Amino acid sequence: MSEYKWPDPATRPLLGKRISRVDGPVKASGRAKYTYDYNPNGLLAGKILRCPHAHARIVSIDSSAAEKMAGVKAVKVLQPPGTEIFWAGDEVVGVAAVDESTAEDAIRAINVQYEVLPHFVSDAEPPTNIGANNGPISRDDFEDMEDNQVPDEQVIASIKANGISFKPDDKYLKDAQASGVDPKVVAALRAAKYAEAKTSRSPYKKTAVQKQGDPDKAFTSAAAVSEGLYGASCITHCCLETHGMASEWPSDKDLVVHVSTQNLSGIAPQVSEPLGIPAGNIQVLQQYIGGGFGSKFSPDRWGIATAQLSKAAGGKPVKIMLERDSEQKVAGMRPSGFARVKIAADKDGKLVAWESRSWGTGGVGGGGTPPLPYIFEIPNQRKQHIAISTNQGSARAWRAPNHPQAAVITMTAIEDLATKMNMDPVDFITGNLELTGPREKIYRDELPIAAELMDWKKIWHSRGDKSPGPIKRGLGLSLHTWGGRGHNSDCDLTIHPDGSVEIKMATQDLGTGCRTIIMIVAADTLGIPLDNIKLLIGDSRYPVSGASGGSTTSGGVTSSTRRAAVDARDQLFAKVAPALKAQPEELEAVNAAVRVKSDPSRSLRWKEACAKIGAMPMTIRGKNPDKSKPPDLTNSGVGGVQMADVSVDTETGIVRVNKMVAVQDCGLVVDVKTAESQVLGALIMGISYALYEEKILDPVSGRMLNPNMEFYRLAGIADIGEMKVHMMTGKGYDERGVIGLAEPPVVSPGAAISNAVANAIGVRVPFLPLTPARVLEALENGGTHAAV
Amino acid sequence: MKDDPTHKPENSSGVSRRDFMKISGVGVALPLVLGPKVVEAAGQEVAVHGPGKVPIALTVNGKKLTAQLEPRVTLLDALRDNFDLTGAKRVCDRGVCGACTVLMDGKTVYACAVLAIDAQGKNITTIEGLAEGDELTPVMQAFVAHDAQQCGFCTPGFIVATTHFLEQHPNPTAEDIRRGLSGNYCRCGTYNGIRAVALAKPEGRAS
Repeated sequence: MSEYKWPDPATRPLLGKRISRVDGPVKASGRAKYTYDYNPNGLLAGKILRCPHAHARIVSIDSSAAEKMAGVKAVKVLQPPGTEIFWAGDEVVGVAAVDESTAEDAIRAINVQYEVLPHFVSDAEPPTNIGANNGPISRDDFEDMEDNQVPDEQVIASIKANGISFKPDDKYLKDAQASGVDPKVVAALRAAKYAEAKTSRSPYKKTAVQKQGDPDKAFTSAAAVSEGLYGASCITHCCLETHGMASEWPSDKDLVVHVSTQNLSGIAPQVSEPLGIPAGNIQVLQQYIGGGFGSKFSPDRWGIATAQLSKAAGGKPVKIMLERDSEQKVAGMRPSGFARVKIAADKDGKLVAWESRSWGTGGVGGGGTPPLPYIFEIPNQRKQHIAISTNQGSARAWRAPNHPQAAVITMTAIEDLATKMNMDPVDFITGNLELTGPREKIYRDELPIAAELMDWKKIWHSRGDKSPGPIKRGLGLSLHTWGGRGHNSDCDLTIHPDGSVEIKMATQDLGTGCRTIIMIVAADTLGIPLDNIKLLIGDSRYPVSGASGGSTTSGGVTSSTRRAAVDARDQLFAKVAPALKAQPEELEAVNAAVRVKSDPSRSLRWKEACAKIGAMPMTIRGKNPDKSKPPDLTNSGVGGVQMADVSVDTETGIVRVNKMVAVQDCGLVVDVKTAESQVLGALIMGISYALYEEKILDPVSGRMLNPNMEFYRLAGIADIGEMKVHMMTGKGYDERGVIGLAEPPVVSPGAAISNAVANAIGVRVPFLPLTPARVLEALENGGTHAAV
Repeated sequence: MKDDPTHKPENSSGVSRRDFMKISGVGVALPLVLGPKVVEAAGQEVAVHGPGKVPIALTVNGKKLTAQLEPRVTLLDALRDNFDLTGAKRVCDRGVCGACTVLMDGKTVYACAVLAIDAQGKNITTIEGLAEGDELTPVMQAFVAHDAQQCGFCTPGFIVATTHFLEQHPNPTAEDIRRGLSGNYCRCGTYNGIRAVALAKPEGRAS
């Protein structure tokens, strides 16, 4: 029983088939209840007063008028006078009232005075002469350096040279070491001199230059060198269901919350600390969620506020769902990522050298560093990243953090180099696949399939569509990867003596098909139909399951479900074997029956078999192996190839996607139907960020200019073109186990579309989104200057 | 909501949005009193309601529903907050995304862009009113079969829009679909499935 594997392909009644999502009907009928829809009797409406300034200090708050208003039940200051606010839209005061309009009136009646401070919101290319010295290192600086994987020697040197402006206690140092900070760095912190923080600080945080091989020599001896400017702007998550939470206190000590979250099992610990109540007294509930995309792991300050307001209002339920503008401003953004790149190949078209100076912003913290060069381990490299601290709501994980930016910077530079060498990019990339490490074989399998589906050989032309007329057509491609090993995910599987089966797991279905794949695995293993199983998720009182982030859910929930189902089946076999006059290992569970493999006539219907359990139901805990052990039912590291076919109107600058092709590996595909849907969705989201989406900040006011859905434009049904998805399955793929699919397919569309546009119009449009203005500017100046 | 230039308010129970704006302009000079007050707007006498709560009667999915609501409450919020009809979603809250699409006298409207007080006397159908009992309508079944939904938040609005679209275009072309279903947004990216639904032409509103 200690060894678990997926069943043989010949004995998979449900695994790997096309099965409609199990919660399709309840969603299609409008009866699925989301957090936004939670509407108990006596529900109070919560609203948040937000700071209008991008950088300010709260001087005073007068909420007395609001407190006296009829219908206002509670007012709670969330950040007191004296607090420094770092972005427009940060929370200041919360209000609960009998209805939304009353709460809005109350918010308007609160008088907050601010001392407005200077702000900075630009993520334009940093000047070349930026000073590196920001004085003593603050706690944020230190943590940003660690997050951005600044080399340890540099962190230590920086601590020694500048001192630190915070006083790390023993607990902090211990926690730091436990979370992976090098002991030498911890020792440097311990020995560091304390100094007061500088009052004026540069927004630019440079990492050390990272060097590998001998880039100068490699560039000098290369056959071709290409230089270019590439990147992608800040975008938002734009979840259709905004962030929000509802709280109520059935007693003084017990809290029940409904929350829109990707992290059901992880909410109670985050709520208990600020409220000072035991996490075990908090029940967290969520059946359906209207999108997360990486932005919904925390209860957030507004969520905590619902619990505080509810308490102040005698425990009555208080719900806060963000208004659309707040959602766009503060509830999630993807960092921008830009770079000047120099890339070189030898005469055979082998990549030999890479140099990049990259920058971007993820809000006040600066933001992550794209993994450059992406996919291709080019032997000689020199690179440096500059994180820009800006006064805007902080970055949150956006599907495949840092990868889309890295693809948009790398795959474009490679395409430009291939163009310079008069090579078809498919051939150029194929010739460099040995630089892709463990995924070489996957890409080698996928590229010809993608080319075939795109009819690449027939349609592709060298750069610049020479056909007459203003509409130019082009093709482009990109590659991507992601990890995705399944997370820890406990489940309880119960077989009742009447044959019904119940599974409990404190996970969430983001619309990925999580419910569906859990049920497929259980039903497939037990040999019973899907509707024989009752699946219970979305309640923190069920066994703990990991957050849905980093494509870890599919691998996690299917592994533990398979384990529990295999163990339950084996225990059932032990109970049934005597009745069938057989040994347990001679039995199989198929077609809703338990029977002897060698003699199927010796058989019990599923219900009859389960009656042998006895009077009490049988519950089995499914638990995934520790991360230190090699995975068995899940795996890590997928590969995908995407191609885009676009038409560009060179008179208007409008780009239209004619067709997208995605060839994707994710190990064993549990449900082909929902897997394809997720890839199709990623392509569409990719078209959206490639062509339309941009979080635009006003340099004068520091506020977001398009915090809505008319000027923060998503792709619509008219924008998608033809779509072809091919899932890699069968030998070489199935035996790897189940790997998640949320991140990988959303990485490549931006780069593939950018390459297709360059192929069509003959010049590179440097930055996403490829708006008409940027396309026209690139056409006008021949692609040599940046259009920001 | 599509404005019909020839349409005039037929009774004094409702105020069109354009009239409402004129009244707001006049309102500065008027004393704020509760209860209906008659002013002239667009050349007609109309009653002013509010700003406090007023009785509102709606016909939703064939049923008469009444509530005390402030005149500023939208049809969407009335449906969701007062009658627990939460299939229509509040997403953009300003008539862009289509997640709150309902039928008003047989035509699709964004319920967030219609005041509840203005929807009186109209026949309103929400996603909950499309199906009878637990049986899904053919369009709903097609959404499930073509997996035209992921998180499902935009789905009810899309299904109401698709249902009406297919009544208007029983044999839609790809171009009809591009134009006719452009009033709704999806974030998960389910348009490929929705396009397949429309091309499959599931017939009939009733289950």
